[in-house]
Order: sequence, then structure tokens, then C-alpha cells
Amino acid sequence: MFDFCADPSALEGFDWFACYLTTAKHFSFYLSFLTVIGLILMAVPLIMLFGFGGAFAKRSAFLPLRWVGQVYTAMVRGIPDIVFFLFVPIAMDQALEWVRHKTLCSHVTEPIRQGNDFVVCDTAKLPLSAADQWVHDVYGFILALLAYAIVFGAFAANVLDGALRAVPKGQLEAGQAVGMSRGQILWRVHLPQMWIYALPGLSNLWMILIKATPLLFLLGVEDIVYWARELGGLKTGAFAYPHPDWRIWYFGALLIFYLFLTWISQRGFDRLIAHMSRGQARAGT
Amino acid sequence: MSCAQTLVDYSLRALGHGERLLPKSDITLCEQVVLIGSGMIWNVYFATIAVVVGFCLATLVALAKASPSAGLRLPAQGFIYLFRGTPLFLQFFFAYELFVLLPRNGIEIELGFATLTAETRWLTRAWAGALIVIILNTTAYSAEIFYGALRAVPRGDIEAAAAIGMTGAKRFRRIVWPTMLRLAWPSYTNEAIFLFHATTLVFFSSFPAWQQRGDALYYANYFAENTFNPFVSYPIVAGYFILATLGLIAMFGLANRRLNRHLAPEARARIKLRPQFVR
Repeated sequence: MFDFCADPSALEGFDWFACYLTTAKHFSFYLSFLTVIGLILMAVPLIMLFGFGGAFAKRSAFLPLRWVGQVYTAMVRGIPDIVFFLFVPIAMDQALEWVRHKTLCSHVTEPIRQGNDFVVCDTAKLPLSAADQWVHDVYGFILALLAYAIVFGAFAANVLDGALRAVPKGQLEAGQAVGMSRGQILWRVHLPQMWIYALPGLSNLWMILIKATPLLFLLGVEDIVYWARELGGLKTGAFAYPHPDWRIWYFGALLIFYLFLTWISQRGFDRLIAHMSRGQARAGT
Repeated sequence: MSCAQTLVDYSLRALGHGERLLPKSDITLCEQVVLIGSGMIWNVYFATIAVVVGFCLATLVALAKASPSAGLRLPAQGFIYLFRGTPLFLQFFFAYELFVLLPRNGIEIELGFATLTAETRWLTRAWAGALIVIILNTTAYSAEIFYGALRAVPRGDIEAAAAIGMTGAKRFRRIVWPTMLRLAWPSYTNEAIFLFHATTLVFFSSFPAWQQRGDALYYANYFAENTFNPFVSYPIVAGYFILATLGLIAMFGLANRRLNRHLAPEARARIKLRPQFVR
């Protein structure tokens, strides 16, 4: 990066660190922090979508749909979330390839599962074998995003269902009394009043989501944990910047990053809750 | 190979007994169920010890946080903040690197008359190293729950105890502590459940599964990779965890009934499951 970095072996002290911390690999490391934040920001709308879907399914008047909602919201209480993180991406991948195989390669008669192999025709592969590396990366990231959305959507459905139920009945009846339709009651009375009850649960969920982001590493995404291991590991003299095992420092830096993220989130939510509690005849919880 | 034979070979595989080699080809359903069940030993081991030890430590930390003395309060606050503010997954990585850095032949402690060598190698093994991390983690989360409950103990109860001359340790043991537990119990049940679920992280962080002795998810993942079929092994591990979670809820429910036995049924705190304390 800097001019004086041309010969790393001649550097010492501050210069060495200035050059070491600005190598191309380190920039990949810094960019991976954006991957984490990007995952959080992209996951939130999906989580809310799954959450509202689950909550309304659970409250549906149609019995089978209610069962779906109940199973969906109950499963995350009994099954560790890591199981979902490992299961969903590979299961989704196989499901998609299976569907594509059935539609695109209907002439192939051999079974897809042959012993311990999962064989689909070339045109059904996702992404196609000829695709660029970044397509594979994006595909992997999307599958990971889906896993987060499913798991945290179930948590969000629990929170939103509780919040929808916490809105005083009298408010909804008042809506009926002035002649509002069901949709009007939902949009003008029920949903606006629900947020204050949902906020503590949702803020908690946000914290959980932040702290679940290192699990991206398990899904094969080159995230901050991947780079911390990669960069921190012992570098022998064969490397431009040899150093002993520094992984503890890299992981320490990640811990500080997460402390900062949770600290700033907590402050944000405290202010938001204070703001939304204004004008509510409640003890500002 | 019959299923009974599989049971003999693999039911204690997670502890290193029985057949050394894991099934490679022609993996049967029976093998998956037995081996994943064998791995559950580790999940139960981590969770049980962490809950028992963490419970005691959390009581102390909660008391320290509620203490008027800053010398006790600040370290407790810092400890809770540190462990609740960072992901457990990274705590495992950090602790492992820390333990690896310790000198391999142990630390020599000079006692003047003799030299004591403290073995450090076992810290890099999951059974000890990961256990320490889990204990500290659950201590922090439980301490926060207990601290909240401690502040919610009715002032009248404490004043009544003082009025009949009860002070100090006796008042704590007979009045404050039981009420604190009763108030904290529903949240604490949640904490125990999600702690139990978090034990699946151990062998997916940096702690190696020595001689392929892993937990339930480790074996489930092994099968999913070898058969390239996630639709069998992951539902099995999910089934085991649902059963174990139901058992855990039943146990904590019994304790909850005992803690609330002096109250009228409608005044008793119900255990409501909420995803409050995932790491």
C-alpha cells in the first residue's frame, strides 16, 4: 500500500505493522466485517417476513395453517439453532437441484440418490459448474441468509404473536364500534399498537442475531472468523510478513468488535423504547 | 450387521469404547441412531456440569453485582458484560488459542520447599477447556437473571425478616435466596434450555474431537457428509434434542412447583418458554 512497503524484510517496528496491516489479505479481512453487517441488514427484512408469516399462521382461523404456525414456532425451542444452520443450506441446495433435475432433465432415468452420492445432470447443478467463483460465493451466502431467516423468523414469530395478543381487546372492539373493517382494524389499530409490546422481544432478537453471525463460518462463507484464523496462524519465513501464532490477538479484536456492536445496539434500543413509550399509559417497559 | 451388534459397538463410541472405526459405507439407520445417541453423552455432560457449577457461581456473581461495594460490583458487572456481549462461538475460539499458548509441559509453581507442576495440556481438550468456557458463559447469563430477581425481592419481606431479628446469612438463606430463585426460575429454565442447545457448538469451534469422540451434532454432521443426505441424520439429532429438552422442562417444572408451593395456584409463576437467552 505504502511506497516503503516494497521490501517487507527490511522493515521494522511501526513501518512493519503499517505495511503488514495493509496487505491485500488484510483488506479482505476488513471487507469481511462488511459481510457480517450486510448479513444482518439483509436478514432483518427476511426475518420479519418469516416472523409475520409465522405469527399470522399461528393466529389463522384455518386449522392446518395454524398447525404449521405452531410447529414452526415451537421447533426452535426444542432443536438447537446450529442444527438448522447446518441442515438448511444443504437441504435447500439438494431440494433445488432435485426440482431442477426433474424439470430440466426428465429424460434421465437413473435415480438421483445412488448409494452415498447425490447425482443430478449437469444442467441442473446450482450454480452451474462453469459459473464464476463469485456466483458460487453469492449462492452460498444466499443459502446462509435463508438459514438465518428461517431460524430467527421462528423466534420473531413467537415475539410478534405475543405482541399481537398483548394489545388490549378494548382497542380492537373500539375499532369495530366505529365501523372499521377487519383490514382497517389490523392496519390502523392492531399493528401500530403492537410494536411497543414487540420491541423488547425484537431488540433481544437483534442481539441474538448479532451474536449468531460468526456461525457464518460454519456455512463456508469467508467471514471474519475465517480470516482471523487465516491471518493469525503461524507464518514462517516463506511468507513476506513472518510472525508467530497471533490468532489470539485476532480473536481478541473480534471480541471487541462484537462488544462494540452489542453496546451500540443496546444504546439505540434504549432510546427507541424511550421514544416509543411516550404517550403510552404504561410504565415504559 | 445386526442392530444389537451395532448397539454394542457404538453406544459408547463417544467415550472411546467399542469399535474404533466409524461406519464408512452402507451406513444403516440403526448405526446413525446409535452413534448420534452416543454423542448425546457429551451434550448432557457439558450441560449438566455447567448448569450445576454455573448455578452456584451465578449466585455469587449476582450478589457481587448487587453489592454496595464498588470493589465487588465493578468486576461482576464487567464479567457479565464481557460474556453476554460477545458470541459464545468466538469465546470458544479465543479460549482455545489462550489455552494453546500456555506452556506445553505445564506451569511450574515455586512453593519454596518444593516445585509444583501444574498440568496445562488438558485445557486444550474439549472436556475441560470447552467446559470452562460454557461454565463461565452460563454464569454470566444466569447471574444477570439472578441479579434482576434479587432486585425484585419485595422490600416488605426483607423488612419483616429484620423485624423478627433475622439478619445476615440467615436472612439471605431463608428469605432472600428462596424468593430470588422463585422469581428467577422461569427465565432460568430458558437459560438452561439454551445452554443445553449451545453445547452443540463445542466441536464446531476450535476444540478438536479427539479420536473422533464427538457430540451428537458432530456425528450427525459426519453422517450427512458421508452419505450426502442431510434428511436422515439431522432429524435424528433434532429428535434427540426435543426429547432431552422436554425432559429438562419437566425437571425444571418440578423445581418450579416446589419453589412456588406456598402460593395459591393462580399466583404461581408459570414457566413460559421464550427465546430469551440464546448466545
